[in-house]
Amino acid sequence: MMWFFLLSDAFTFGSFLIVYGLSRHKNMPYTGTAEAFTFSQEWWPIPEKVFNAFPGFHGLDLPLAFVALMTMILILSSVTMVLAVEAGHRMDKNDVQKWLLWTILFGSTFLGCQALEWEHFISGTEQGMILSNGAHIFGANLTINQYGPPLFADLFFFITGFHGTHVFSGVILLIMIFINTVNGVYQKRGHYEMVEKVGLYWHFVDLVWVFVFTFFYLI
Amino acid sequence: MAMHTDQAHDFEHTGEVPKPQTRAIWRTFIILVAITALEFVIAFTMEASTVRNAIFIILTVLKAFYIVGEFMHLKHETKSLIWTILIPMALISWLMVALISEGSYYFESVTNYFK
Repeated sequence: MMWFFLLSDAFTFGSFLIVYGLSRHKNMPYTGTAEAFTFSQEWWPIPEKVFNAFPGFHGLDLPLAFVALMTMILILSSVTMVLAVEAGHRMDKNDVQKWLLWTILFGSTFLGCQALEWEHFISGTEQGMILSNGAHIFGANLTINQYGPPLFADLFFFITGFHGTHVFSGVILLIMIFINTVNGVYQKRGHYEMVEKVGLYWHFVDLVWVFVFTFFYLI
Repeated sequence: MAMHTDQAHDFEHTGEVPKPQTRAIWRTFIILVAITALEFVIAFTMEASTVRNAIFIILTVLKAFYIVGEFMHLKHETKSLIWTILIPMALISWLMVALISEGSYYFESVTNYFK
């Protein structure tokens, strides 16, 4: 059943990414050189120019460095999850606990990173953008966006927000099965199938991030 | 109960937990990290173009294959489940390609109309 839930969830994320592709292609692409790029509502922004900040390194141009870190954290959490499932097959309670705890840690770290990323995206850069009617705007919300067309910010909030919500519920599920493991519920039951199911969900979240990362940040 | 009937308890008491078999997991992890690193190298060395986007999409599908196949264990499931998952996903990708070209068409007709 978990597989069919994940399939339906994949449809939801698929439709988000389809809308992203559609709106990107119906907006003007940027045609000049990458060095001369400026933010404008005329064209779709280059992601490298939008996501170039790293918390703690203010003012440095570090394109995609922070999102690279986030990607690594999520892949690592996927590995610790698969190790927990593997330990469950061997009925090794201590190993399951250890790897679940690592997964919870990496998952929460990812959520924290995403909060920083959102904070930066919402508050914007020091230069901001001057609109054609003379208004000076900073950052982005659902109606204004200093990086490009407002639709770009909307899609950023919806796609990464929806993914972040999934990571959040994943962390809650992990905490629940961690408590059950510590209490020996699965050991008494004789199998760790629940860990396996939550593991499937967790890998799916990682999988979605792989696609979001490619279509939102790289292309 | 003093008697332990199920195997799980025997494991706990005698400490006879089998050795972990994690070689394939770490191998998959290294492949995933390597592909991600390669994507970054390409993002900074190549000019943005259709070819670059195609490379990115191919690498992404490759990563998806490893995550779904190895981590989610789909490679080792029954044939019917594999097809039940893959066919709808193929249709979704088709819809994506269709709507992206639709977006380009919409953009072109609007810009040509106001020329």
